[in-house]
Amino acid sequence: MSRTGPRLGEPASLWRMRIVPIATVMVASALPLMLPLVASSPVLPPFGLLFFLCWQLLRTEMWPVWIGLPLGLWNDLFSGAPIGTAIGLWTIASITIHYLSQRIYWRGFFHDWAIAAILIAAVQALSALIVHPHADSGRILGLVLPQIVISMLLVPLFLRLTGKFDNFRLKRR
Amino acid sequence: MVRPAHRRPGQSRKAQYSLFVAYVIAVTGAVAGLLLAVLSVVDPVGFAQLRIASQELAAPVARVTRSVTGSISGIDDNVSAYVKAGTQNRRLRQELADTRRKLVATSSLQEENRQLKALLRLQQIDKAALAHGYLLTSTSTSSKRIALLSIGRKVGVAAGQPVRGADGLIGRVLSAGPSVSQVLLLTDVENIVPVRRARDGLPALSSGRGNGYLDVRTLNIANNPFKPGDILVTSGTGGLYPPNIPVAIVVRRQDDGALARPLADPAKVDAVSVLRPYTPDNIEAAPAPAAVPAP
Repeated sequence: MSRTGPRLGEPASLWRMRIVPIATVMVASALPLMLPLVASSPVLPPFGLLFFLCWQLLRTEMWPVWIGLPLGLWNDLFSGAPIGTAIGLWTIASITIHYLSQRIYWRGFFHDWAIAAILIAAVQALSALIVHPHADSGRILGLVLPQIVISMLLVPLFLRLTGKFDNFRLKRR
Repeated sequence: MVRPAHRRPGQSRKAQYSLFVAYVIAVTGAVAGLLLAVLSVVDPVGFAQLRIASQELAAPVARVTRSVTGSISGIDDNVSAYVKAGTQNRRLRQELADTRRKLVATSSLQEENRQLKALLRLQQIDKAALAHGYLLTSTSTSSKRIALLSIGRKVGVAAGQPVRGADGLIGRVLSAGPSVSQVLLLTDVENIVPVRRARDGLPALSSGRGNGYLDVRTLNIANNPFKPGDILVTSGTGGLYPPNIPVAIVVRRQDDGALARPLADPAKVDAVSVLRPYTPDNIEAAPAPAAVPAP
């Protein structure tokens, strides 16, 4: 960023740099409960999780690994899953991304997509199994499978969106 | 693509410790969170206050978006009504829904006639709705089927009350906040409703599949008596749902019962009524039977 432009301008506001990523994840988590949609199956992709993963894939250093604790709690409040599901699963996803960013040193677009896809599948499947522990697990996984596939296909779009928000976050005054 | 920064914090002890502490916090928190989740499956209304607070936050926005998109879909309806086939289709569907409603009403009336007069009187009192509201929104990203109802404790809504629409049963109230409440929909995997076939009173249990359909199982598993088109109504057994509320229509037979579609579609229903739970003390508490003359 600073390579092309002059370094004379002030840096972006510290508040905006910190608030924007957290605000996008929080709004995206709360959004499905604000739409007038009474769904009879899990139809919407988990927007909050998508933004959460994309921010971490784009800026691994930006957040500490425990950021999944508060953001997961917020998501649990709106998702309908028992409180603690996203706290645990999102933090594990976050640790996985930090670990993989050390192993795969030069991550490309397809690496990012693959990592996000696997993590979305794992988080959504595990949270569905936690929500319905007594039901037949094959049927529960069949229930969330369409949602997982749609979310996987949406990852590139959300990476782009996150990039746009990142540009806004770091824009100089 | 940017080369990632070094994870190693260098020689600084302070930086090393803070990285280590961050990992310790993350792992402890994740384990604690998962334990919490497993515990709150056992106690589904745990942390009710937190959840209610978040819903009170989401409800005003949902009210606004609902009013906006409601009017938009109304325009859409008017436009599509210009297409001839569309109008015919809509009219026929309306007629089908009406006839089905009448059919259900007739069959449950027949069943009612066979019952005792005293019981009939009790049902009439119990059918009085406690409050009316509409469904605002639902948890459409998780596998749990919970909808938000636009009314709450202020008008007397409490956990455990059945909710029904004009076409049939919607679900039951899971928890109630001051101005919104959670409704566990009929199609949720955990929602089990005692039903009986409207035609002959055959008892069965319906449980949600989570994808908009219901599984129906008979209590005697000797043979599979269901036929497509059978209409199921609540039986009143178990004391939560009042009897004779239409529930579902059988779509096809399965190995161990039948697959049924709920008669009331929560996405299309305009208004829902919250009923009193069908419990003995609730029925006894109502002093109305003496005042109302028997028909």
